Amino acid sequence: MIIRGRAIKLGDDVSTDHIISGKYKFEFIDDMSKMIPHVLEDVIPEFYKKVSKGDIIVAGRNFGKGSSREHAPRLLKMVGIGAVVAKSFGFIFYRNSVNIGLPVVKAKVVPDTAESGDVIEVDLARGIVRDVTKGVEEKVPPYPPEFLEVVSEGGIVEYIKKRGGLPWSIR
Amino acid sequence: MPFIERILSERLGKDVSPGDMVFVPVDLVYAHDGTAPLVIEVVVNELKLEKRHARNRAFFFIDHASPAPTLAAAAVHKRMREFASRFGLGLFDAGEGISHQLVIENGLAGPGDIVVGADSHTPTVGVTGALALGLGSTDVAVALSYGYTWLSVPETVKVVLRGSLKHMVMGKDVALWLLGLKDVEKFHGRVIEYAGDLRAIGLDGLATLTNMSTEMMAATSVIPPEGLREQTTGLSTSSGYVDEVSVQLGEVEPMVARPPDVFNVAPVSSVEGVEVDQVFIGSCTNGRLQDMEVAARIARGRRVKSGVRCIVAPASRRVLLESLERGYIDVLLKAGCILSPPTCGPCVGAHMGLLAEGEVAVSTTNRNFPGRMGHRKSEVYLASPATAMASALTGRITDPRVFA
Repeated sequence: MIIRGRAIKLGDDVSTDHIISGKYKFEFIDDMSKMIPHVLEDVIPEFYKKVSKGDIIVAGRNFGKGSSREHAPRLLKMVGIGAVVAKSFGFIFYRNSVNIGLPVVKAKVVPDTAESGDVIEVDLARGIVRDVTKGVEEKVPPYPPEFLEVVSEGGIVEYIKKRGGLPWSIR
Repeated sequence: MPFIERILSERLGKDVSPGDMVFVPVDLVYAHDGTAPLVIEVVVNELKLEKRHARNRAFFFIDHASPAPTLAAAAVHKRMREFASRFGLGLFDAGEGISHQLVIENGLAGPGDIVVGADSHTPTVGVTGALALGLGSTDVAVALSYGYTWLSVPETVKVVLRGSLKHMVMGKDVALWLLGLKDVEKFHGRVIEYAGDLRAIGLDGLATLTNMSTEMMAATSVIPPEGLREQTTGLSTSSGYVDEVSVQLGEVEPMVARPPDVFNVAPVSSVEGVEVDQVFIGSCTNGRLQDMEVAARIARGRRVKSGVRCIVAPASRRVLLESLERGYIDVLLKAGCILSPPTCGPCVGAHMGLLAEGEVAVSTTNRNFPGRMGHRKSEVYLASPATAMASALTGRITDPRVFA
């Protein structure tokens, strides 16, 4: 599974509160799509208008730290983000992203070299992140087969619906 | 072997190591009114299930916007009650308290249990010796429906507590001290296992430590039950731990985390005198009996400074009742505090005491990001209940030891 998109560069410590403030969770509790105009609004004003489908967020340390709200990765996917490459992720955000089918990749080099607008390529199965524009390539741990299956189906719910059971065998 | 690896190895009948991908049964699963709507959405509208296939313990807690401050919240609460009844979940309704506190108080989790909660502060429950993971709504919907979850086994860092705390220094100050470590990154994605002189902090204070492992970016944290039964020598096996941190409790001072980040840790002495508009004592971090006791001890016979709102919210009905019986509530109300029903409300800016633009709060909660407790341009200093109460009395951030 190879993903290619334009980089949107963000810094360190972008929390789930930055991605979508907790107050909207209660204000628009019944309709998540109403939160779209507020995604990352305090980081990049009108972010949702500036995203093109398939864009890849390239961020620093601790991306998605903080609250467990799954609205954060779901909304990033809804506005068109194709993947997130960061130096490290919040523990829950990382899981949530896999579960809902948003590819998230830890990388060491590309988060430093990439600039907004660069073409980024991610090969999940082989564990490669490339900044095509800058000609930078790095090896990262490849996705375990279980992640790959879930993400390529579009998330764990889609997986269960299509294949009729959990994406793992239990004994 | 670290405690969490022992739990997983016993449950799976084979030794696990950090990095292993494991699929484990879940003993207890829960969500609250902030996260349950999405759990219900996944179960009913995405998975299209008619009933649970899991037989584990499952609960909903109405604790965030509770009692309902808006029509939208009221509708969510109604939907939660209907879902709980239809799918056979236990329900703790408005006024009962905060989920993690109720799990601990009611013995819903114990040593060796695997717990999944749709709230980032579920690691609080690690104080019971459980493996407690705070996860998102889809994870919780799957654990609720099918009874299993996945985990890449995290490494464990051992944190050894030594000695005893100075007067007016609390578990919260130890948590903030740990957040202020230069190499706090070492906790990232790992389990924090506490050892050493655990009883010096008390169970309520230990729950503050497990609670704030979330801010330390840890996967979770745990208090192995044997650590409470006897004083460990410290010479016990350290094999299997990726790192170890030693805390001399006697060296910890009253601390704050300055806005707008939990890592902006400083001693109270460095911010003394900052004017305060609101003080909040409560939450899953510091709404327990010990916290009420300390607040009441400082407030006894004194008055909250005119112009300061001091809101106190016990974390559960049981904490409230016990505080009432011991006279703490009487002291706090006579001192001018505002008593709130048990709720998460103020901590997440959901209701009960939002901050206006430019206002400053001292809060015993766990996060101080911009806008966390109200307006984007309000400021939150995180501190212990002792520091919070002392600051309410003077109207400025104050070292609680001046009231000793």
